[in-house]
Amino acid sequence: MPINYYITLALCLFAIGVVGVLTRRNAIIVFMCVELMLNSVNLLLVAFSKMHHIAKGAAATAGTDGQLFVFFIMVVAAAEVSVGLAIIVMMYRNVHSININFLNRLKH
Amino acid sequence: MNAVLLSGLLGVVMMFASFLFRTKAPVRILAILGTVVLLVANIMETKGVHFFHMDTAAFLSFSNYALFFNTIAIAGTLVFFLVSSKDMQRVGNHYAEYFALIFFILTGIFLVTAFTNLLILFIGIEIISIPLYILTGSAKKDLKSNEAALKYFLMGAFSTGIMLMGIALIYGATGTFEIGKMNMTALMKSNLLTGGMLMLLFSMCFKVSVAPFHFWTPDVYDGAPNVFTSFMATIVKVGIFVGFLHLFYSAFEPLSLQWKLWMAILAALTLLVGNITAVFQQSVKRMLAYSSISQAGFMMFALVAMNETAHEGLLLYSIAYSLATIGIFGVISKMSDYSFDGFNGLANHQPLVALCVTIFMLSLAGIPLSAGFLAKFYMLKAVIQGGGYMWLVILGVLMAAVSAYYYFRVIQAMYFKEGPSHFSGISTFEKYVLVGICVLIVFTGLFPNVIFSWLYF
Repeated sequence: MPINYYITLALCLFAIGVVGVLTRRNAIIVFMCVELMLNSVNLLLVAFSKMHHIAKGAAATAGTDGQLFVFFIMVVAAAEVSVGLAIIVMMYRNVHSININFLNRLKH
Repeated sequence: MNAVLLSGLLGVVMMFASFLFRTKAPVRILAILGTVVLLVANIMETKGVHFFHMDTAAFLSFSNYALFFNTIAIAGTLVFFLVSSKDMQRVGNHYAEYFALIFFILTGIFLVTAFTNLLILFIGIEIISIPLYILTGSAKKDLKSNEAALKYFLMGAFSTGIMLMGIALIYGATGTFEIGKMNMTALMKSNLLTGGMLMLLFSMCFKVSVAPFHFWTPDVYDGAPNVFTSFMATIVKVGIFVGFLHLFYSAFEPLSLQWKLWMAILAALTLLVGNITAVFQQSVKRMLAYSSISQAGFMMFALVAMNETAHEGLLLYSIAYSLATIGIFGVISKMSDYSFDGFNGLANHQPLVALCVTIFMLSLAGIPLSAGFLAKFYMLKAVIQGGGYMWLVILGVLMAAVSAYYYFRVIQAMYFKEGPSHFSGISTFEKYVLVGICVLIVFTGLFPNVIFSWLYF
């Protein structure tokens, strides 16, 4: 398949994630949308990795760094999830809600 | 490499320290000693002594500039520990872990200033951000701290997503993550590359709170515990700025036609938004949050100019801005009232502290003889040398004049108004440290050459 299909798919997923972050009010769903953005990047990196692999005459190691990057993104995303969920739980204990409309006390 | 490994190690040591020591004083002393060791190790590396021999060729390269900035960052952290480590006790019970997280953040800063591979940039930014989310929310029962943490976390994760998309697009265009191997001049017209570069630009602007991506900053800086706001607004911010400059100076220089004007517009917008909003603040802490935005506008001048003077100016700026802001937050975290009225009559109750605050404010406003003046001077000089952006220089001077208004309001409240004392609990040692910071500020303002001769020894 041409690379353009992968780019379009990844950008669509990314756009869904961005729109979700900007419009949804539930902290967990906002968080899921952030994960969707990261995963669309993973998809795109793997597709590019394959593309560069083929473009360089299928030399054994060409394009592998893109796939390596994907593993790093997964690890960092997992670390971010653990911290993020802890923050959301901490918030829930204090206000019994995960609606981010509560986040306007600081404005006053 | 010395500093990177040692600070990571120190972070782990501090985590163990939490159950080795029952009281808090040894933890604090251990952290301060650790920072001194880190400082010595980093200076030794500047002089060519390496403790660890590792091949980091494709990932990291420690230039003289990066090493020198790391020295400043570690020295700044040391000053920060001396001024505010006692106040950290009041945040929560996990005293040693706070130090551990700060050491991890330092590791991230060292990576961000020395990367040669976009992978390391990403890892470094994340190592800085994730501990910061925790530190922001470390006052667990305080609703404002909770909100600040959640807001910071969601915004930070969002901007990380944008940054990763940028890196992925650049990888698609160039086929490598190494900034030395990207053949950018050949790819000048590539949509993937331009799109990726703009996404990286926007996400870095998020991280250093440049307008219009600054909206999280006042809330987060206001909500986070005072001591951690102090660290976050100074060392972390200038650290990411050095990484930002490094990224655009060494990787995207060939594309400079496409982003120079963006940088100038962002710098102008940041100056306007930061300064004009700061004028209307009633709380000194929130005013300092906006002032940090406006100082970020001045630091953006380095990215507009992109020459040697800009590099020197950014170093001076990081010294001047960090010292003054750490000092003022050290005072604020001992006050019970953060509004301008809380400072009323401070000169009567605490003449020495009031004098120190005056010097910090004068330095932030950029009055001659202080480090802040020279920092601003170098930034303006760099842009004039770069040529073509005279309007930005004029705007910068005007905005520096506006900033004097809200900095001087604090001085006016301290010296010309009467009020009850809201200030308590400063030890003699901390007073000495505050005076020491003032001496450093004036010394840097008078003899900047001492610092530069050390850079180009």
